[in-house]
Amino acid sequence: MADNAVISRRSLLKASAAAAGAFTLGFSIPFTAAEAQGATPEVNAWVVIHPDDRIVVRIARSEMGQGTLTGLAQLVAEELEADWSKVSWEYPTPGENLRRNRVWRNFSTGGSRGIRESHQYVREGGAAARIMLVQAAAKEWGVPEGECRAAKSVITHTPTGRTVTYGKVAAAAAKLEVPKEVKLKPASEWTIVGKPVKRLDTVDKLNGKQVYGADIKLPGMLNAAIKACPVFGGTLVSFDAAKVMGMPGVKKVVQVDRRSVAVIADHWWQAKTALDALPITWDNGPHASASSETIAATLREGLDAEQAFEGNKAGDAKGAIASAAKRVEATYSYPFQNHACMEPMNATALWTPEKCEVWCPTQNGESALAAAIEASGHPAAKCDVYKVHLGGGFGRRGRSDYVTQAVLIAKQMPGTPVKLLWSREEDMLQGTYHPITMARMVGGLDKDGNLVGLHMRISGQSILSGVNPQGLQNGRDPVVFQGLNPGGQEGPFGYGIPNLLIDHAMRNPHVPPGFWRGVNLNQNAIYVECFMDELAHAAGIDPLEFRRRLMKNTPKHLAVLEAVAKGIGWGSPAAPGTAKGLAQIMGFGSYVAAAAEVSVSNAGEIKVHRIVAATNPGHVVNPDQVAAQVEGSFVYGLSAAFHQECTVKNGRIVEENFDTYPAMRINEMPKVESILLPSGDFWGGVGEPTIAVAAPAVMNAIFAATGKRVRSLPLKNADLRRA
Amino acid sequence: MASLNVNGRVVEIDAHPDTPLLWALREQAGLTGTKYGCGIAQCGACTVHIDGEPVRSCSITLGSLGANQKIVTIEGLSPDVSHPIQKAWLELDVPQCGYCQSGMIMAAAALLARKPKPTDADIDEAMTNICRCGTYNRVRAGIKLAAGI
Repeated sequence: MADNAVISRRSLLKASAAAAGAFTLGFSIPFTAAEAQGATPEVNAWVVIHPDDRIVVRIARSEMGQGTLTGLAQLVAEELEADWSKVSWEYPTPGENLRRNRVWRNFSTGGSRGIRESHQYVREGGAAARIMLVQAAAKEWGVPEGECRAAKSVITHTPTGRTVTYGKVAAAAAKLEVPKEVKLKPASEWTIVGKPVKRLDTVDKLNGKQVYGADIKLPGMLNAAIKACPVFGGTLVSFDAAKVMGMPGVKKVVQVDRRSVAVIADHWWQAKTALDALPITWDNGPHASASSETIAATLREGLDAEQAFEGNKAGDAKGAIASAAKRVEATYSYPFQNHACMEPMNATALWTPEKCEVWCPTQNGESALAAAIEASGHPAAKCDVYKVHLGGGFGRRGRSDYVTQAVLIAKQMPGTPVKLLWSREEDMLQGTYHPITMARMVGGLDKDGNLVGLHMRISGQSILSGVNPQGLQNGRDPVVFQGLNPGGQEGPFGYGIPNLLIDHAMRNPHVPPGFWRGVNLNQNAIYVECFMDELAHAAGIDPLEFRRRLMKNTPKHLAVLEAVAKGIGWGSPAAPGTAKGLAQIMGFGSYVAAAAEVSVSNAGEIKVHRIVAATNPGHVVNPDQVAAQVEGSFVYGLSAAFHQECTVKNGRIVEENFDTYPAMRINEMPKVESILLPSGDFWGGVGEPTIAVAAPAVMNAIFAATGKRVRSLPLKNADLRRA
Repeated sequence: MASLNVNGRVVEIDAHPDTPLLWALREQAGLTGTKYGCGIAQCGACTVHIDGEPVRSCSITLGSLGANQKIVTIEGLSPDVSHPIQKAWLELDVPQCGYCQSGMIMAAAALLARKPKPTDADIDEAMTNICRCGTYNRVRAGIKLAAGI
């Protein structure tokens, strides 16, 4: 019993420590309280400096593994002239952002936008803080500001050599006016940005201390497990709570919304066990007979439809193809896929008649706050969201459905914090899926093998229609054309084709779509790059040379393609039994290409030996983290290409866990060589773009190895056995 | 009430014998470093050591465990991130989101205990954990760094 007592106390301490961590994020409202005490001077919105010189950089975007936290801190620290070893970070809350007139601007973390869309203002935040610190020192010394220099968190009065550290003048600096205009350093003077500094968030991920949303523990907290109608569009009719109320730990069974029911219990395992035993009646709604086959038929119809939204047009594609010497046609398809974040969806909410607070992993703190406000019935000023690191996001946690649910549950337990955690099965069944599409590619070659016309007809799902219909332009979804556009951050299309038509017949099945790492670049790159390969073979021209001829006006696209071709040894004989494939595309503001070396056994087993990737993201903030993103994107992209599809039967998703929805594992992982070619004249993203080139490079290599062209994903469905 | 030996201490767990060890560790013992990923022994996020062997704690019930079996979780692997695997992981910045890494580290530590100089094939065989961020190449490099190969 003595041991038990020790453990009980220890467990309690542990629980309190976890709660204290949460309180630090939340209840104490760190800045305003700290400011009032004058303990940790906020020099400006982005920079807090403690008297002992510790620097805390505020990070508005969410860390989900992609390293944006460290990259953004590097950008602030660079202009701050900070001693990097003293830099840590904290998340401001979206509620605080609202109260402070959105001083931290956008919290949304998706589309590889974290750094490319905020580098300017976070650097300005760092620069402004540095100027204020220098001003404060100069004032204290009674010397002109221009005679002072800042470096590594130390201000030096150059003529006398006097020095003072940031921590000593931070309180005085905080009282000065924030300068309106600041000059940023040229890239050539960077000492922190562009360097492979270590991540700021690693240690706690090695010892179990990192608190994810699923780990949140608050005093008196209960746990909830939830089931929504597995058929999209269906509703909850009834449930028999009496059947499970006597089960261990069960506190309450609640209807959450028109389609979900939750069991609340002392512990989550108890809640889930009771939920599994709960008799539930669903009304499966209007889509109860939908299946993968009916959805595919709808998409196939769209391939030939008269009406379609135009995405990119030049000349007369159909006419040019009709009069071409050779016509090449192929139809491709891409399935629904679940994000399958390692940490299932979750949120913890505390609702009282006075306020509503939520602790959650979210890619968009402000969207989570909006969801909490709406579900709680409280005004914005009485709600807040405390962000924790995400156990994966990949786009799924840009949605706030699970936040809404958590608040609706907590509202039925006033004063008691409730943690809602989805089971893996719920996570698989209630996704916002990678959109399903098909594409019919038709190309016309002249007698010399030049591509004179290309028509790409996409048929299928629009993400915006499901997620943000007000973003449609007269019904047209511009996001569909990612990588295929005439210009801009999501394009330009890499090939100069005199007669071009890329259009979209929108066909929206009942399965909800979502932004999924790589978004529409994934399938668009497969469709275009595999078909380019088909055209090259039809023309009897080397696939690299065939592309080169079309890339005279897109040198940045061509540069990354040439780099991977060189890296993989294009043109020299492949190692015995292996073959090579190439792909390139531009999206999320960056130019990317990949070259793969693949073998296919007689039994049809595919092995990817090596991938060379090249990225031109304009600027590289942390090369080690960019390399990690490139490798990681290939795992995500190749998992999707090889293994993953969510099929539909009786209106619902069939695959419920990793046994039927496998992910790539270490034994399938190829060697990855990542080439960075930053041209220094723009800012592009890196979390996503390379995901799109892995699959087409591998698929083109599979063709080179086998002579079989796979046009339908995932590859597990393809029969590549040799006769 | 079940009595478990966790990280060198005796822990009394007040839960149904059918409760998976994973949930007893997370909810009764307060050790949330061990993660829930799938509940069906597919992903490995819940990997702990039982008498030195890597075990997927989501798929072993409290009732099947004896009080003398030594359970080690990520919190008990070392007192100060000093296990060679943890040091290598820190050196190479292996984790991305980190959610799978407790299980990954426990699997790697068990591998090294069994095979101090593992081959690539040994690593492929032992490391069947899923990482959706895609840290596999750094996991492999981390194991080799820790093994001094």
